[in-house]
Amino acid sequence: MAGIASYGAYIPLHRLSRPEIQKAWDSMMPIPGEKAVAGYDEDSITMAVAAARDCMTGVDPQKIDRLHFASTTSPYKEKQAASVVAGALGLNKETLTMDFAGSLRSGTNALRAAVDAVEAGSAQGVLITCAETRMGAPNGDKEMSFGDGAAALLVAKSGVAVTIEGSVSIFQEFHDQWRSDEDTFVRFWEERFARGAGYLRVVPSTVAVALQKYNLATADIAKAAIYAPDPRLLGMAAGKMGFDPMAQIQDPLYMTVGNTGSALPLMMLVAALEDAKAGDKLMCVGYGDGCDVFILTVTEEIEKIRDRRGIKRHLESKRMMPNYLKYVQWRGLMDTASPSRPPINHISVPALWRDMDWGLALHGVKCKNCGTPQYPRQRVCVICQAADNFEPYNFADKKATISSFSHDNLAASIDPPTTIAAVDFEEGGRIVCNMVDRDPQEVKTGMPVEMAFRKVHYFEGIHNYWWKCTPIRC
Amino acid sequence: MGSIKGIRDKVAIIGMGCTKFGEHWDKHQSDLIFEATKEAIEDAKIETKDIEAAWAGTWVSGFDGRCLADPLKLQYIPVTRVENACASGSDAFRNACYAVASGAYDLCLAVGFEKLKDSGWSGLPDQQSLPSNRYPDRTAPGMFALMATTYFSKYGLSPEEGKRMIGSVSVKSHHNGTLNPKAHLKREVTIEQVMNAPIVAWPLGLFDCCGVSDGAAAAIVVPADKAKDYRPDPVYVKALQISVCPSEGELRADYDFTQVKATVRAGEAAFAEAGITNPRDEISMAELHDCFSITEAVTCEDLRFSPRGKVKEDIESGFFDLTGGLPVQPDGGLKSFGHPIGASGVRMLYEMYLQLQGRADKRQLKDPKLGLTHNLGGIPISNTVSVLIIGL
Repeated sequence: MAGIASYGAYIPLHRLSRPEIQKAWDSMMPIPGEKAVAGYDEDSITMAVAAARDCMTGVDPQKIDRLHFASTTSPYKEKQAASVVAGALGLNKETLTMDFAGSLRSGTNALRAAVDAVEAGSAQGVLITCAETRMGAPNGDKEMSFGDGAAALLVAKSGVAVTIEGSVSIFQEFHDQWRSDEDTFVRFWEERFARGAGYLRVVPSTVAVALQKYNLATADIAKAAIYAPDPRLLGMAAGKMGFDPMAQIQDPLYMTVGNTGSALPLMMLVAALEDAKAGDKLMCVGYGDGCDVFILTVTEEIEKIRDRRGIKRHLESKRMMPNYLKYVQWRGLMDTASPSRPPINHISVPALWRDMDWGLALHGVKCKNCGTPQYPRQRVCVICQAADNFEPYNFADKKATISSFSHDNLAASIDPPTTIAAVDFEEGGRIVCNMVDRDPQEVKTGMPVEMAFRKVHYFEGIHNYWWKCTPIRC
Repeated sequence: MGSIKGIRDKVAIIGMGCTKFGEHWDKHQSDLIFEATKEAIEDAKIETKDIEAAWAGTWVSGFDGRCLADPLKLQYIPVTRVENACASGSDAFRNACYAVASGAYDLCLAVGFEKLKDSGWSGLPDQQSLPSNRYPDRTAPGMFALMATTYFSKYGLSPEEGKRMIGSVSVKSHHNGTLNPKAHLKREVTIEQVMNAPIVAWPLGLFDCCGVSDGAAAAIVVPADKAKDYRPDPVYVKALQISVCPSEGELRADYDFTQVKATVRAGEAAFAEAGITNPRDEISMAELHDCFSITEAVTCEDLRFSPRGKVKEDIESGFFDLTGGLPVQPDGGLKSFGHPIGASGVRMLYEMYLQLQGRADKRQLKDPKLGLTHNLGGIPISNTVSVLIIGL
């Protein structure tokens, strides 16, 4: 039986307090809590990579032969995002990559497809990544309630930490929320209809079918990770289904992260797994244009995959944004003064393609003669000048410290100053790159850092990704 | 470095010219080239038609030999454009000297020039970048600031002490610039102003950075044995050295930002070519590549003007002042002139040339014998460096 062999998550470092948004708009809608905000250089692809890297802790990448990317906020309308994620992770070239898009059920759809593929024997290890950076219209309640985040699950056949007992899905053609190809912000029908004919009707009825199908009672479920637009609706739905909201319903991350759309049920499932023990029965429910329900059972193997940042550690590691304007700037909601610097160069597509190994996967080389790791790829060794005598070398997960840094106010940046750091790897090699998610006051020589996959430029429709360093997150 | 052959005393400078550096809103680079060359031709008492071959040094303001042939209306002679980052002008001069030393020509022209202020941008107009744009966002001040960060931490200087040390470099150069009618910035600054200025790239503040300007400078060179046919006081080429770093600092974790190996290499080769064993005592004066105050400080150590880690003592004692033992940037340096890339190297030679001939007016040093110029193109981790020495 297929199951979850590993899990991971990602929540961006930055959080915006909802009262800050309320203050900026002088709004009449007091909504408590805070939302997680993707950095100016993060998007659904980079967050999917971050969650996947968390999920791949201790996992042999050779065991992954399929990668799913699920999101309603892929940076591309036409062009696959999963291939970028697979490239950044350095997966085998034979990996089957797929995007799941459009629906808020994209995440649970991707999970279902993974389970089916593994059960059918057409895939061995499916890495599901799901990330969202949805935007609610400024000065609306969704701007406050939406948050950014990502989850990743590895579905495999054997040695799983969680078996997936089964699932039930229904579809419902319904406009409770939508975003057309011309919309930046999510649109909604009025709430009373949306919840009456939608969420509060569809979720309880589908859950009931699943419980009946697998011969379970609500009391058998230790924890239910159920997508919810907000805690109030979740409470109402839980009541209708007969769950004890306090004991059985997984926290929907509303106060700490916000509604992360299609990633939410998977993030809630990861959070549930962090606390789960062998034998627990779990439920995971995705909602949007229908409903997906999964019944899961935790196995003894869960204890072997505890060492993840997951939801808990990412939640604890946070930095409050100083004000709403920072969010406006990061999301490009307002035209601001142009920097007095040369515009971004034209990006060469052949160069992007040619540089894929070192540009996406942070693969350098190691000299077979003198053993020195070098980035990027060289033809002649910088130390011993041996020519074409290298083996591939992955820098992405190596330990490193910075030996020098500066905070550059001249470089054009959405979030100045631009921090430059010389990153020296413990096992050899150096990369001089930018540092983000840092407090300039706390940057010091000798500081340990880690590498993060980020967006570096956007030019004529091309999202260009590369690597930066960050302080060790958590 | 004993094996350096070089061309010491085989070539002489018989004429030089230099425009005022600054914001030449009303001038194209062709105007600047014309003005610098006109002064050099008049200084050498020759005519344009006497020029047998020419070299142009520019980073982004010209592309091929036509950039000189066109404004000067050179008549079908060979003209070559040389690009070697901030050493472009020095390398153009080096090529002209080698052409003369080879015996191929008897009179050559080298012009360095750059027109940066048409771009409208802050800082330099272009970034070294890869076609894939997978390259960190970094500017020249951001990269040279790494030197300061590491220098301070390696030698135990607090940010306050470190900023005071490099700030004193700028105070000195600003002072020298006030004495120079061709400088862009002609104002005294105090150490307090320097230390409290807005940060451009921490720890470098506004006055730790040179400006961006337009300018051109030109030199005319002939075989040494013919030099006195033109003037009684020619200046002789003692050493022309270039060293290019294979981007080691980008890749090697053992590069620590407190020295520039290409400066050390080019410097030692130049000292060997010129027969110098103790540059601190033997070099009379120098124009160093003070794109940033920290660069000048580190260069003083790289060229053995000061012992490693001890430049602070020499800065504080005034050793590099006009009245000191080894005046550095007597003309005000990049700090006062700004840095029109291709022009700077030849501008540095212009000051050394004037000083050696006793024509430096209010800045005149007493009996200089040997002048050194240094260009550092690129960034601390990857660069191309020239060290030239001229003298009597």
